[in-house]
Amino acid sequence: MIRVQREDFDTGAELALLNADNHAVGGVAAFVGLVREMAGGEALTAMTLEHYPAMTEKALADIEAEAKRRWPLEASLIIHRHGTLEIGERIVLVATAAAHRRAAFEACQFLVDWLKTKAPFWKREETRDGHHWVDAHSADDAQAARWEGGKAGRRPTEFPRGYSKP
Amino acid sequence: MKIVYFAWLREKTGRAEEELSPPDSVTDVLGLIEWLRSQGAGHVAAFADLGLVRVAVNQEYVALDYPVGPDDEVAFFPPVTGG
Repeated sequence: MIRVQREDFDTGAELALLNADNHAVGGVAAFVGLVREMAGGEALTAMTLEHYPAMTEKALADIEAEAKRRWPLEASLIIHRHGTLEIGERIVLVATAAAHRRAAFEACQFLVDWLKTKAPFWKREETRDGHHWVDAHSADDAQAARWEGGKAGRRPTEFPRGYSKP
Repeated sequence: MKIVYFAWLREKTGRAEEELSPPDSVTDVLGLIEWLRSQGAGHVAAFADLGLVRVAVNQEYVALDYPVGPDDEVAFFPPVTGG
């Protein structure tokens, strides 16, 4: 399930729903992304997340479908917030439920890695001196690239053939 | 053709979206970018380094040689940083 929303979420309640009516689930893995107080040695006052509404849900649904092709998941959930968030606030919840832990752990990490490099969100860090847009990290690309050439078929690539990557 | 901009491309062009009618000579994304550069200093700044620009046509990532037409929605944005 995919949700893109401005408002906060209740992590415990969301995780409980993942296996509420499904006793085939033996484990749930989850990642919660938070707004850190520091970025590059600079103190933040807030973080603003912009996104591309017409594309966001579809991009996330493609990533979720890819996880379900690769691992035997009973359920999965991605909640991603947008708008201006305070320090310590929750940004994203990614959770996976499976019969066994390995599928749940791996699929959860895959979803976070691919989401960070493919879902159309942009972080803007607010400081006392103004704001700046967060640069994409090559380490995130490398994390995401680890999952390429997996069991899956077509990859929803961000860098199609003939496209020069910086 | 609907053009939409996000993050610093939105700030540099000074607009979130615009409805434009490029000339018939514009047939692909790269041609569109070259034409947009004639629209003002903000557009020139936004497209100064294409290595930092990602493109989606009708909400799908595409390469610079992807064809574009009058009914398309073309989005320009930096590499994504969500999660």
